[in-house]
Amino acid sequence: MLKRFNLKAWLLLLPALSFLIAFTHWPTLKSIWRSFTWARSDVAPSQFVGFENYQLLLEDPVFWKVFENNFWYAVGTVPTSIALAIIMALWVNSKIRGTSLLRLAFFTPTILPMITVANIWLFFYSPQIGLFNQLLALVGIEGPNWLGDPDLALSSLMVMTVWKEAGFFMIFYLAALQTLSPELYAAAKLEGASAWRIFRKITFPLLMPTTLFVLINAILNAFKLVDHLFILTKGGPNNESNLLLYYIYETAFSFLDSYYAATLTVVMLATLAVIALVQMLLLDRKIHYR
Amino acid sequence: MLKVDGISRSYGDLKVVDQLSFTVNEGEFVALLGPSGCGKSTSLKMIAGLEVPDEGSIHLDGRDITQLSPGDRKLAMVFQSYALFPHLKVEENILFGLQARKVPKNEQKKRLDSVVELVGLGDHLQKKPGQLSGGQCQRVALARAIVAQAKLCLMDEPLSNLDAKLRNEMRTEIRALQQRLGMSVIYVTHDQVEAMSMADRIVLMNDGKVEQVDVPEALYSKPKTIFTAQFIGSPPMNIIGSGEDCRGIRPEHIEISEHGMPASVVSCDYHGADTIVLADVSAMGEGQKLIKIRYPGHAMFAPQQRLAIRWAPENEHKFLV
Repeated sequence: MLKRFNLKAWLLLLPALSFLIAFTHWPTLKSIWRSFTWARSDVAPSQFVGFENYQLLLEDPVFWKVFENNFWYAVGTVPTSIALAIIMALWVNSKIRGTSLLRLAFFTPTILPMITVANIWLFFYSPQIGLFNQLLALVGIEGPNWLGDPDLALSSLMVMTVWKEAGFFMIFYLAALQTLSPELYAAAKLEGASAWRIFRKITFPLLMPTTLFVLINAILNAFKLVDHLFILTKGGPNNESNLLLYYIYETAFSFLDSYYAATLTVVMLATLAVIALVQMLLLDRKIHYR
Repeated sequence: MLKVDGISRSYGDLKVVDQLSFTVNEGEFVALLGPSGCGKSTSLKMIAGLEVPDEGSIHLDGRDITQLSPGDRKLAMVFQSYALFPHLKVEENILFGLQARKVPKNEQKKRLDSVVELVGLGDHLQKKPGQLSGGQCQRVALARAIVAQAKLCLMDEPLSNLDAKLRNEMRTEIRALQQRLGMSVIYVTHDQVEAMSMADRIVLMNDGKVEQVDVPEALYSKPKTIFTAQFIGSPPMNIIGSGEDCRGIRPEHIEISEHGMPASVVSCDYHGADTIVLADVSAMGEGQKLIKIRYPGHAMFAPQQRLAIRWAPENEHKFLV
């Protein structure tokens, strides 16, 4: 009886499992293996080189540059978009008129494809004809070259990312807010708690499970989302706005070094796994789950 | 102490509360009683400040609180769902309001100790609401309301989520606590037994309007309207006749005897201590054709059996329809 049940369960799992293995687990293992090998050219047979690729990576200034960029990119976009998402969710969850239009407006960036979004923002950021600089010109300021200036390129990317991500995270917070009982708020109000106190002591702690989920996703996205780089900066100028995944793409398909690209990939996967693990272990105990 | 004067509230075209007026005296337990949808919960919310009345005024200790925010009214409230903060410990739940109102720490501690003693929650202070039973959650909600030492405590069907046995226990306990602490309470319920057994006075509502405000005994023995007569008491009062000659008689006041008016048995419903006999009195004329008789003890009359019934004239109520 038990055996038959197991067989059925495995059969039901099979479709999903085969895709997962074919497109996730197998490539991961293959990448890990590849990161320990090297070949002189595409046609030459690859040979095991141990940690040589990793040695190369440690000495690669571009890797350290993109890694640092990605760190600041995450630091700059994740907390801001989460904070904005909470504020927007609280706003559209309140009983004011026209909230459905607001919700739509906040969510629009999410439904637009990243490439489209990047093209729109490319126009916003253009040095002379761009929206931002035209607006600045109205008040007599000569706007900078947002994407061309090494000091501004990464920040400009961050602003667009926050705009894109906040609406997406808002949906999760909105869903969580709507499960909270209005009687809790009535009780808190009657007890004389201020709006800020209610947020700090009740809403925010009760949103923590959502925050953990959003936080992990936001950090993953900070490493995963690079579509806009293709349109906006291509990592430039001089790698100032380059991010890890885009560098991997360049290494693999522009410089055609799939061995080094595999090494970079393994480092990125390990980084993400460690971050997710730390978050879960640190935050899980502090979160109240219903 | 509390004076509610002609408050009304409509949702769209639906008038939920219509010109409601009543008062609560110091230390008094007033029940807002009525069937579902009669507007009693909305009335309570308006007193709490969670809803704003369309018209009318609410005065607490002579101060107009009609437009005041809920927090400024300094009332306490026990909710039907308890409304405990699920992520906070019992202790934090009870002290939430005192912390919000910045009561000094030592005063908080003193009040917490005494209230925990009162409701008997000593072992559970460090637990979260999810680890407590329904009855214990009810006690936490009660403690949170008592600890505020508010002038007036509002209770919105606080016992309706408990099982029957626990409900009876808590009923006695809440009433005892209220009398011991001299609390002024407005208690919303649809359960006439709760209202009758706990309240000093009952505001009976129907369709958003006050039907009758009286002490429980008067509501039972001197109902002013047919609605009151039929709402209070179980089974409800029998209404015989119509128009000028509309009379009411409670099932427990009807006697089955040798002589009297003719009636024939339709069915019998045995309840343990008594039997409810459904009888046909169409011989008596217009009005209700079937009446209920509460017969003490166990009696199984056969259907169609002829009975003679009578009642004392002082137990008969007259209504004008």
